This record gives sequence, C-alpha cells and structure tokens, in this order.
Amino acid sequence: MEEESDTRKINNSFLRDHNYATEADIISTVEFNSTGELLATGDKGGRVVVFQREQESKTQPHRRGEYNVYSTFQSHEPEFDYLKSLEIEEKINKIKWLPQQNAAYFLLSTNDKTVKLWKISERDKRPEGYNLKDEDGRFRDPSTITTLRVPVLQPMDLMVEATARRVFSNAHTYHINSISVNSDLQTFISTDDLRVNLWNLEITDRQGLTHTHTHTHPHTHRCIYTYTLPLIPKHPFHRHIYAHRNPTGLICDFEEPEDPSTRSFFSEIISSISDVKFSHNGRYLMTRDYLTVKVWDLQMENKPLETYQVHDYLRGKLCSLYENDCIFDKFECVWNGSDSVIMTGSYNNFFRMFDRNTKRDVTLEASRENSKPRAILKPRKVCVGGKRRKDEISVDSLDFSKKILHTTWHPHENIIAVAATNNLYIFQDKVN
Amino acid sequence: MFPKGTKRKFSDSGEEAACGGGDQGPSAAPAPFAAAARTLSSSYSLQRQSLLDMSLIKLQLCHMLVEPNLCRSVLIANTVRQIQEEMTQDGTWQIMTQALAAAQCPADRLVATEVLCRQTEAAAAAAVQAGQSPKPFSVSGLEEGYHSEEVVIDGDAEAEVAMSSLSPVSPQLSSASYLAGPFGMGPCWEDDEEDADCDEDEEEDSEECASEGEDGERHHLRADSRTGEQVFGTFEIKHPAPPPDPALEELFSDVDPSYYDLDTVLTGMQSTPKMGPYDLLESLSSHGPTALSSSATCRSDLNELDHIMEIIVGS
Repeated sequence: MEEESDTRKINNSFLRDHNYATEADIISTVEFNSTGELLATGDKGGRVVVFQREQESKTQPHRRGEYNVYSTFQSHEPEFDYLKSLEIEEKINKIKWLPQQNAAYFLLSTNDKTVKLWKISERDKRPEGYNLKDEDGRFRDPSTITTLRVPVLQPMDLMVEATARRVFSNAHTYHINSISVNSDLQTFISTDDLRVNLWNLEITDRQGLTHTHTHTHPHTHRCIYTYTLPLIPKHPFHRHIYAHRNPTGLICDFEEPEDPSTRSFFSEIISSISDVKFSHNGRYLMTRDYLTVKVWDLQMENKPLETYQVHDYLRGKLCSLYENDCIFDKFECVWNGSDSVIMTGSYNNFFRMFDRNTKRDVTLEASRENSKPRAILKPRKVCVGGKRRKDEISVDSLDFSKKILHTTWHPHENIIAVAATNNLYIFQDKVN
Repeated sequence: MFPKGTKRKFSDSGEEAACGGGDQGPSAAPAPFAAAARTLSSSYSLQRQSLLDMSLIKLQLCHMLVEPNLCRSVLIANTVRQIQEEMTQDGTWQIMTQALAAAQCPADRLVATEVLCRQTEAAAAAAVQAGQSPKPFSVSGLEEGYHSEEVVIDGDAEAEVAMSSLSPVSPQLSSASYLAGPFGMGPCWEDDEEDADCDEDEEEDSEECASEGEDGERHHLRADSRTGEQVFGTFEIKHPAPPPDPALEELFSDVDPSYYDLDTVLTGMQSTPKMGPYDLLESLSSHGPTALSSSATCRSDLNELDHIMEIIVGS
C-alpha cells in the first residue's frame, strides 16, 4: 500500500470575494483523460473545470507535475420543463473524455437530460495584418487600400477555448446516470434508469439514434450489439443485477443470492448498485453498493470474487441514514492502473483503498485541517464500539454531510483525485 | 452529524441479526409461519410504523422543484410495499386502511390518526392473543381503481411510464398528533441491546423470510416488470384536495425532516405542518372515504392552524 504525500488542494470556488462554499461549487464528477494529462471536474452549477498537468521541470524535480487550471467553461444551464413543471438541474453528472485524435481535446459532459460534446482547443497565435480590417477590427474602405500584404501569425498569450460542438438532447425521460464512449470513436451511449441510448457523435437529432432499448427485467431481456467496448447500463431496481456487453455482444447478468438472515427493510436499498467499473484489463468488474465493494470475475456470474467492507459500522444506523437520505448516496469506485488496488469514498471525508493482493486496506481523509500540504496522509480509523483510542473517530461523530462520492485514479501513475464537496484534492505517491 | 431526528436508533430485525451477536443459528432457520409463539412487539410495530410514515413523506417531498430520481423513488416505494406486505400479514394493515377510509375531511383525518395509533397497538395485541393467521396479500388489489400513465415514446413497442405527479394537498394537519403515537414509546426502541427485542425481532424476521422466500423472487420479478406502472399508478391521489397556495408550497419546500424529531414534537406544534402521510396512505387503500361528522375540537385546531398560516404567509 503506497503512502500518499504531496497533498495539493485546489479550491474549486470561482467567487473570488467569497470564501464559503456555495452549492453551485459542489463537485459532481471527476475524470482523468486517457493519458492522465488532463483532469476534468464538473460541478453542481453546470461548470466544467479542466486541470492540466505541468510538464515536469528539471529544476524542480520534487514538484512532479502538479495540476493547474487549464480551462473553465459553463457546460450546462438550468432549464425548465414546462410540461412537467419541473426544473432540470444543470449539475454535471458525468464527464467522459474522447481519445485524443488531434491537437484539440474533446469531452462529453452530461446533466440529467442533455449530453454535450465540447471541444477544447488552444490558441497561442493570432493573425495580424489583415488587408480589409485594421487592428481594431473595423473594416477598411477597399478604395483606400494601396498595397496587399499577407497576414502573419503572431504569438499571443495562450488562450484555451471551449466550444460546444454537438448537443444531444430529448432522448431521456429519466436522469442520465452514465455515458460511455465506444472505441470506434464514432458512437457513444447514454443511459438513464430505464433506457440505453446509442448515439452517433456526428448526428444530434433523434434520427441519429441507431438503437434505443428500454430495460425490462434482465431475465427476459436480450440484446445484441456489435460493439467491442463494454458499456455499462446500470439497473438499480433489481438487487445485484446489472447488464454489460462483452465482446460478443451478449448481455449478462450478475446476481448474488440474497442472504435471508440479514434481510431487513433496507436490504434492497443497500444492495442497490451505485457504480460499476470494468478493470483496465477487462477481466473483472467492480460494483459498489452502499456498504461494500465487490469484484466480479466476468466468467462467474453467481457470486463475486471478492467483497470488501467499506463502512460496515453503518449497518446498525440504516434507519437514521434512511431518514436523512444518506442511504441513497451514490458512491463511486475506481481501479488503479494495474487493477491491483481499488478505491472508494465514504463519509466524514474519508476514502478507502483496498489492495487486492495483500488484502490490506487503509482509510484516509481528505481535509485541510487534518493534513498539511506535502505531508504524508495519516491512516484514519473509525471506532466501532467500546473504548475509543486517541486518534480514532467514533461512528456517532462522523459527519455525514461530508461525503466523498467521486474519485478517480490516474490511468498509469499513483495519482488520485478526490472530490470532497466543493474541494478537489489531488494526492500523489510519495517520491522517494 | 446526524440531524436531531436521527438520534434514535432503529433496531429492526435485520440489523439486530447483523449486530446482535453470534447466535444466528436458530434464527436463521425459518420458523413456521403460524407459530403461536410469534409475538409482535409493540416497539417493533411502532418502529415499522414510523418507517412507513417516513417513507410516505419522502415520496411526497420528492415531488418538488426538480424531477425526483427514479431509482430513489422506486426504492422508497418498494420499502413501503414491503411494510405493507408485512403489516397485511399481521392484520394491522386492514385496520389502518379502514380507519383511514372512515375519515373524510381533514379534521376527521386528525382524529383518525390518533385513533389509528392506538388501534395499532391494540390490534397488535389482539393479533397476538388470537393467533391470527395472516390475510392473503394481493398486490393487484391495491391497484383497483387506479390507472397509471403510460407514455409511448419513439413509437417503441414497450411503453415507458411517465411519472404521474402527486397533486400537493394543502397542509392542514399538525404533525404533533400523528407523531404522538409512535413516539410515545421513545425509550423502548432506543435500546437495541435488549435481548427480548432481539429475540422477537429475529423470529419475526425469519418468519417474514420464510413466507417471502419463495414468493420473494416472484414478487421481485413482478415488481420489476411493472415497476413504473405500479409505483406511479398506485400513488396517484384518487380524490385530490384543492390545490395549495404556491407561496405555502415554497415555504415548505426546504423544511427538513427534523420535524419528525421527538424533541420538537414535545415542545409544541410545529409551525410548518405538512400534509399527513396518511393522506397518501389513504390513496393506497381501495376503499372510498365515507362520511363522518367532524368534531368541534378539531375545527378549532384547524382554525388555529389557519391563523398561524396567515401569520407566516401574510407577514
């Protein structure tokens, strides 16, 4: 298990004259791109902030590639559904990067109803010396032009601009919970609780949907696709059932039989899956439900390979958590680059890592008060009963408003980004 | 931190089994359902009642400014259904729906809920003594008289269900009266170390499992395949009350659930009463409301409520 250090906190607040957190600043998704050079965050106010890793400098080798703000743009605006008399939140639910094909970066961002394709491009030169326009941009009278010149590209301060290239809307009755890009780079999928929509990136109107399929009960549901990238529509209604598409295009169901001795009124709720992630090697699947993380072998559908308890001490508090709605919190889970470690969030700004090989686990905290920058994070412990040791926290002292739902891991290196309400924490492995 | 209302701990059967220690052996084996030794402890039924109240309120509160999350709504609805099933098997469900059916005007609802709370305990005791056998529970029975909205989108063969919005009812009840019942036994169910409760709860739980074991899977299947239809058709109010004052609704939109709180209830009537959850329950029953004369005291309570509302809204 790595020690983590070089804590770098990036405050995501855009209100320069305010210090307190506004609800719009609450980070709702984080995602590294495929190289790890860029890190995108979406927030409740519909904004996307992209961080870029600094090039490693030879003069300061210990500052190994810190992340700085690269681009900020308003991705989604709040809308109003007049038919239902309901607001449509601008909160960004998911961001997915497209693989890079040229100098520009492309990402998909989605709120509850609309997916947008954004192009992020750099501009560091601007043309000067137009014939028909003067430097202020005003048009010149053609009759005053006596000579012709060729405009020249002059360097300028780097400007990063984001433009919306496509808007994919009006295809979901319920809230979009995930998007996934196909490896052919031509199509992507958006899913809500009941429907999977397959889009062509080029075509934004509804005729562009090459296939739409409504989820019915998994046992009666069969669907053939021809795409190779596994996509993960989630099925929240049935315990432990989710569908995925393997390379042959069949949908499989994974279900763990229920243990009757632990059944309660909350059994269904806590076994509802909040996140599903394929391993990088494509052989395993990880699911997150309220209290556990499970690793499944794709070949074995009847029970998980490994089960990790995230915060089992909450099992005795389910009614309270139901009352304050915390039981519906959707935690995400994430693999590291080599699929040896999995990570997920918890309450009190804690997040947990599990080493699949050594079976060791650690609880860490993302907070300003309890960790100095560049200090090694101290493992935390929750005390479940009896005597509480000095550094431990008792279950009743946990702050349930501080939850870490969104985390992401750099594709190759041991760098993680953790969203704690309105703050983004980036932790890097200790440099020896 | 937990909000005030969550100080109490709900030690329901499942959690008891999980945290109550190592003697899982005997309770894990399903006991015969008709066992005479089965007792429905008052504390358990009160806990269950409060869970039902909570769930119904959640279903209402979620019809707010933003479209509610389908997954959450379905999970809450399923919880309500589970409780309904269990209460029907205990026989307490019939009593409650009959009491609700008897109430017509809000004042009557006020009376009915008090009566209901008392009756729940009495019914539980009676059921215990009579060794009452469970009444068969029919899912389709709840849906009589309701239609669900079905919207066909994209000409799909499978219909998608649009959520039927619950028309909000003007808040006319104080929360104090209906909470008095369940919360009357506060100390009892805060104590989850009590062995007696543990044993009873474990036994009930295993019985519930036994009966649900075979049916559970099928029920799940049916529930899922008709989820949208069941959920949203069921919760459509059959007899909508007059539309509320939008200003009032806005006021209440950010009331947090702490009004359940025992402390708040005991210190007096909350200034922001909500529609009682039993209004929603009433819509679940298939009985039409019958006429009942209202009592003068309830009227005066209502007038006082209106007066307070005026103060809040008018100022």
